[in-house]
Amino acid sequence: MKKLNKSFWIGIVFAMVLYGVIQILLTTGIFDDVMESTLILICINVMLAVSLNLINGITGQFSIGHAGFMSIGAYVSAILTLNFDVPFVLALVISGLVAALFGVLIGIPTLRLNGDYLAIATLGFGEIIRIVLLNTEYVGGASGLSGIPTQTTWTIMFLFTLVTVVVINNFINSSHGRACIAIRENEIAAEAMGINTTLYKIIAFALGALFAGIAGGLSAHKFYVINPGSFNFLKSFEILVMVVLGGLGSTSGAIVGAIVLTVLFTVLQEYPELRMIIYSAILILMMIFRPKGLLGSTGFSFKKFAKKEAKPSDSINS
Amino acid sequence: MLTVQGINVYYGAIHAIKDLSITVNEGEIVTLIGANGAGKSTLLKTLSGLLKPKTGSIEFLGKSITNQSIQSIVKQGLIHCPEGRRVFANMSVEENLELGAYLQNSDSLGADFEKVYSTFPRLLERKKQLAGTLSGGEQQMLAMGRAMMGHPKLLLLDEPSMGLAPLLVKDIFRIIQEVNAAGTTVLLVEQNAHQALKVANRAYVLETGRVVLEGDAKELADSEEIKMAYLGH
Repeated sequence: MKKLNKSFWIGIVFAMVLYGVIQILLTTGIFDDVMESTLILICINVMLAVSLNLINGITGQFSIGHAGFMSIGAYVSAILTLNFDVPFVLALVISGLVAALFGVLIGIPTLRLNGDYLAIATLGFGEIIRIVLLNTEYVGGASGLSGIPTQTTWTIMFLFTLVTVVVINNFINSSHGRACIAIRENEIAAEAMGINTTLYKIIAFALGALFAGIAGGLSAHKFYVINPGSFNFLKSFEILVMVVLGGLGSTSGAIVGAIVLTVLFTVLQEYPELRMIIYSAILILMMIFRPKGLLGSTGFSFKKFAKKEAKPSDSINS
Repeated sequence: MLTVQGINVYYGAIHAIKDLSITVNEGEIVTLIGANGAGKSTLLKTLSGLLKPKTGSIEFLGKSITNQSIQSIVKQGLIHCPEGRRVFANMSVEENLELGAYLQNSDSLGADFEKVYSTFPRLLERKKQLAGTLSGGEQQMLAMGRAMMGHPKLLLLDEPSMGLAPLLVKDIFRIIQEVNAAGTTVLLVEQNAHQALKVANRAYVLETGRVVLEGDAKELADSEEIKMAYLGH
């Protein structure tokens, strides 16, 4: 337990320092508005990648419908702030909970499926959400919603990202997280050990969807326009690529993957005609030279700085 | 300890187990032998709750577990060590064992580790190694150790000798006897009928989902029928 706590606090301190440095750079004007937008975008993508990694990388349930959860969060929070004057943070929380509810709803019928079949089902789910939004007059149909108050600031964004990473990482390191990893490693053996595999798959889906929904809400309140087209299959795929690129199954990998790809995308926007070519080429090269992702599946951990060895009895049921 | 009465199990349209009844008494090693497809593994999966019987009843320690969840069956001490080892390949030996104790409270964890490591000293040597990098025999030991972490009163072993070198097979059977002597009842499914009948007290012979022969293991090992069909001489 000590080991976990220590590395946990080192992580928190690191995050605080990072926040402080960026805050200073922003207030002194060394980082301009464009840079701030990029930082917020990075954080949104970190939230999406880390939450998808819980479903895909940790629990091993190949889901490609993450943009669906994101769009639910975006629309719910936008409607709440636009039509019902709900305070921003409360709207975010509600939108996350609604997305989590959808996570459970899609989880129950589809979790009997494995591998490819689950991927297709979640893909279908994402598309259904998009088509429903597209054809609902109340949420603006194809043109979507606009004029959403831009309330996502760098500080709020950073806080939510930090909460996401801390909650998901602690979940992964708990005995519940072990249960999820066991399901990924070998579902039948996990079941034979007495792990309730259905329950944990649903928890993973709900928790992943919760944070994806909040990320969607934050994104809507940053870019003030949302439409169904921005939550299509390509968006789900983009998040998946971040997770795989960083290293499937590691939170730090998902973070690095999200940062690298967001920065890459932003930089490449200056070369619109070459953008997709370079982007694709980098992905191909990555998979050839680092097939397990930038950080591999073990990832980077602050545990290295907390040297004390944990006893076996410390690490389970704690 | 375990009483199975008239169970029928189906895989979709396939009738895998037909009106089967067996009993296991406390302290015994009971073995199920039979050819591929006789229903041995299916029976174990049904006992541990991975499959549900359509009809019939399963009673463990005087209580019906026929339609209980796997979790509650495991909690009561009926633990299944599935076929093909199925270790968690990307986890260390130690983490694998921890997951075996998933439903136990953490107080006894230290003692449980000691018990498993003294039964399988090889696992102690490799405790930080990833389970996927162990040899076949070591993985089998890990699978058995992991099952032992759950405090089994009745341990279901599915083909523990599958694919192992002859020397290791001997080791595994010796360990099964040790585990039994330490107070765990064992229900053993084996293709290696010769070895299984040597260590077992009683045996059931299964054919296409039915019990065709049952009795004392030594007597069965000597019977002409068994020699012809399963022991190859």
